[in-house]
Amino acid sequence: MAAISNPVPGGSRNSAGLVPPEPVEPVTSGQAPGGAGAAEPGPRGSGLGLLSRFRPGRGVVMAIPYGWLLLFFLIPFLIVLKISLSEAQLAIPPFTPLTETLAEEGRTVITLFWDNYRRLTGDDLYIIAYLNSLWIAFVSTIFCLLIGYPVAYAIAKADPRWRAPLLMLIILPFWTSFLIRVYAWIGILSDTGLLNNFLMMLGIIDSPLRILYTPTATYIGITYSYLPFMILPLYATLEKMDNTLLEAAADLGCPPWKAFLTITLPLSIPGMLAGSLLVFIPATGEFVIPELLGGPDTLMIGRVLWSEFFNNRDWPVASAVAIALLLFLVVPIMLFQNVQGRQQEAGRG
Amino acid sequence: MAMPPPTAAASPSRTAAKTTLEPWRDPQAKPYVRVEKVTKKFGDFTAVDDVSLSIYRGEFFSLLGGSGSGKTTLLRMLAGFEQPTEGRIFIDGVDMSGVPPYERPVNMMFQSYALFPHMTVEGNIAFGLHQDKVPKAEIQDRVREVLELVQLAQFGKRKPHQLSGGQRQRVALARALVKRPKILLLDEPLGALDKKLREQTQFELVNIQEKVGITFVIVTHDQEEAMTMSSRIAVMNRGYIAQVGTPTEIYEYPNNRFVAEFIGSVNTFSGRVIESAQDHSLVRSEEAGCDLYISHPSHIATGTPCWVAVRPEKVTISKDQPMGGEPGRNQTQGVVKEIAYLGDVSIYDVELDSGKRVRVTAPNVTRRTEMPITWEDRVHLSWRPFAGSVLTE
Amino acid sequence: MPKSWFLRIGLVTGLLFLYLPILLLVILSFNANRSVAVWSGFSFHWYRELFNDQQLLSAAWLSVQVAFVSATFAVVLGTLAGLMLARFGAFRGRALFSGMVSAPLVMPEVILGLSLLLLFVSLEQLTGWPEGRGMLTIILSHITFTMAFVTVVVQSRLVSMDASLEEAAMDLGARPAKVFFVITLPIIAPAIVSGWLLAFTLSLDDLVITSFVSGPGSTTLPQVVFSSVRLGLSPKINALATIVVAIVAVGIIIAGIYNARQERMRQLDEKMAAQG
Ligand SMILES: Nc1ncnc2c1ncn2[C@@H]1O[C@H](COP(=O)(O)OP(=O)(O)OP(=O)(O)O)[C@@H](O)[C@H]1O
Ligand SMILES: [Mg+2]
Repeated sequence: MAAISNPVPGGSRNSAGLVPPEPVEPVTSGQAPGGAGAAEPGPRGSGLGLLSRFRPGRGVVMAIPYGWLLLFFLIPFLIVLKISLSEAQLAIPPFTPLTETLAEEGRTVITLFWDNYRRLTGDDLYIIAYLNSLWIAFVSTIFCLLIGYPVAYAIAKADPRWRAPLLMLIILPFWTSFLIRVYAWIGILSDTGLLNNFLMMLGIIDSPLRILYTPTATYIGITYSYLPFMILPLYATLEKMDNTLLEAAADLGCPPWKAFLTITLPLSIPGMLAGSLLVFIPATGEFVIPELLGGPDTLMIGRVLWSEFFNNRDWPVASAVAIALLLFLVVPIMLFQNVQGRQQEAGRG
Repeated sequence: MAMPPPTAAASPSRTAAKTTLEPWRDPQAKPYVRVEKVTKKFGDFTAVDDVSLSIYRGEFFSLLGGSGSGKTTLLRMLAGFEQPTEGRIFIDGVDMSGVPPYERPVNMMFQSYALFPHMTVEGNIAFGLHQDKVPKAEIQDRVREVLELVQLAQFGKRKPHQLSGGQRQRVALARALVKRPKILLLDEPLGALDKKLREQTQFELVNIQEKVGITFVIVTHDQEEAMTMSSRIAVMNRGYIAQVGTPTEIYEYPNNRFVAEFIGSVNTFSGRVIESAQDHSLVRSEEAGCDLYISHPSHIATGTPCWVAVRPEKVTISKDQPMGGEPGRNQTQGVVKEIAYLGDVSIYDVELDSGKRVRVTAPNVTRRTEMPITWEDRVHLSWRPFAGSVLTE
Repeated sequence: MPKSWFLRIGLVTGLLFLYLPILLLVILSFNANRSVAVWSGFSFHWYRELFNDQQLLSAAWLSVQVAFVSATFAVVLGTLAGLMLARFGAFRGRALFSGMVSAPLVMPEVILGLSLLLLFVSLEQLTGWPEGRGMLTIILSHITFTMAFVTVVVQSRLVSMDASLEEAAMDLGARPAKVFFVITLPIIAPAIVSGWLLAFTLSLDDLVITSFVSGPGSTTLPQVVFSSVRLGLSPKINALATIVVAIVAVGIIIAGIYNARQERMRQLDEKMAAQG
């Protein structure tokens, strides 16, 4: 399964895999989070919808979460969209209203201010930041895969008694603060940090390597923070895999390394895909890690949005960046998952 | 496998009930449950197809059918978990359309038992009585009474996961019984038990039903189970009812091929009706190699293609020409191709001259004087006029 | 442990990678020296400093309050949302609803933060509520993004729960509301507790969304940590990290003991059931 079912976005919310008994299960459950496909009624839908059919208060039950999400999730996006089309001004709030009532004519005029989007495409900064985010997320995803695969495979192959504790060890760091774990790397990577001291002590280098405040530190930070999101779905796929397949291969004269390459690896592609999406999406929008570990040159789109908003106080451009990010990253991925979820449904049925 | 016909010994209690009370034969009797032209569709799939049924007070009524034939769906409509797409259901004269499950005078025993894991056995059983606001003292009495009935008196304080499968099954039964519903619905109540426990429980269930006098409607896909326990059986196939009748009727006089083949094993010969009279029918069959005389009317017009079913245990096999009977009627010849020795009986697979294979079950009574029948022997097969029945598609 | 050497090395490397940085913080928190590379003796100095930092302590207190309130509300809303998705079949607007519920799971935080802030600003302009930004807006935002996680946890528990339990209760005469409170809720209680803990940690840890929606008078712990860490090393934070790790460790140990006891009880029950 490649659909993300328990995807966890943006940096500091990493603790999503926290509930010890649960994290693997939701990942394998194959429900696409986006859209209609999510959690259709059970196998035959027996009895589902029953509670509702005879429930007089059903409307009330539905109104509360529905209303909440409309107010605090959907409407905000419409507002972002609206503000992305208005012009920045030095005022509170720092943008022009879209509608204007012309006093002399008494009618309302809507002025859509497309300049914010023109700036996004006109100024290299935004395009570079966007591409850079994709590249950094991509590289970090590869690192997660390289480190995570052996770990997941080792746990899947471990004695069943060991599996739960080992998984626990993978999840455990999430209960500690994300911010603090990123911070730990400052001490390791800085010029006078542990790593440089260690390498100089061994005589491998004579002058400290500059790692902190470079893109390299960002790769390390993202890989470190998101590694468990790669391991958990990978483990779920590898653990389910039929051991007799490998035995059959061995029986047919296939050496273990070849069996791994021709059987295990291809069969674990869904897990790799799921893990990669879990790492890639939130990493693209990451703000904290490049801010703390990357230098000023590590441009990522999340940082650009942040500085447009907090430093330049240009809300309309920040909104336009958000809309663009949504359009180019989140929406395609949700659609992709939706399609994939459907395919899985079809494959199963 | 040959299925012995349900003898009186197999269901002692049933026969007693049957002779004293057969309300379905009485046109005046008022049915307790009436299912009227009920159809249930899921999307464009028809799970239950135009079903009409009458079930009488005190019956032990079985819904029998293969997987996916719509038994559970029909039961769930009786319980109120599904609403019929078309048609209506009456229970004790009251139209049940739109009546939610919690207001119906029926209770259900679930296949998974559905015992509440966070309540004790007593808590589970008392649950329904609490909903009815029964006084505390009475609840206690009734719970104790029903626990004794299912022989679980000392298990009241346990949680469901502290019970064995058979005990859980009885708790589920007790929980549904204690509310004294007008009808008790049971969805494969014995499905989760092992074979031995299942057979034992079948009798228990029948005894309990007789003691409490509640009408039981039970779903099963096990024909032997249905035969042993039921007053009547409705055989379901792809959503419609193929036949309703007592176990004997269903076994002895199936009226279509599906029922004949579903219940026990059967030989069917295709043919054409050549005589259709008040007291008998005559069918000519190339396949059988003889005319088939059936001593009851078929109500099928002469010339119509049909099938004749003959149960394997009704066929006599011998090496000599059988005595009596009319040659060319219910007598044919073939070659023994397979023999399966089962201890008390043997099964013979005989190939007729037409190439049709016929299965014969014969008791192994050794006759010293006779050479035993072996492979490739040419044998005579014959059966009595009342053995066959005429089937339509 | 797996048999192959290669896998063992891979596993150990992965675990070291995950744990060394945390271990390092714990060790450094007792270092008398400021530097990472020089150990100049064991000391509680940084802990003393931590507990004298009024700003940090009050931020921590605010964070705990915010996390407690938002986790509690998120659990209520998330349970209702999970119930809708798992039990209400195909209601009108279901696609939109399940999209809205799960979107925060994939949405970059900067976008969520920005959109919530713009909402609060616009609302205030229109209705005068919420007045300014502070604890209230932080809580509202945290409820919104954590309820998605609670929904996932509760929904997956509901889907795996035997629906015939609810049918049985209804069959025995319980009305739907009663079925929910007497049967469904007790059975999914563990998932609700996990959901609450999850929401609590997520809220306690959130920096980005909070930064957008917090006001001048309301600074949460992650914001204080972030601003001191942004400037480089800050040994107080090591002490804070160590305390967090200690709390988590104690929690895990308690949970472990509890689980072991449950397991023993379960085995006992099984024996009992087998004996009849
Ligand atoms: N809620 C539902 N939605 C869609 N199809 C359903 C639903 N419930 C039942 N069906 C379909 O209706 C048909 C009849 O199902 P039902 O459960 O009544 O069969 P059954 O006779 O009880 O079979 P079994 O012996 O396997 O339990 C099946 O094909 C099933 O897939
Ligand atoms: Mg069924």
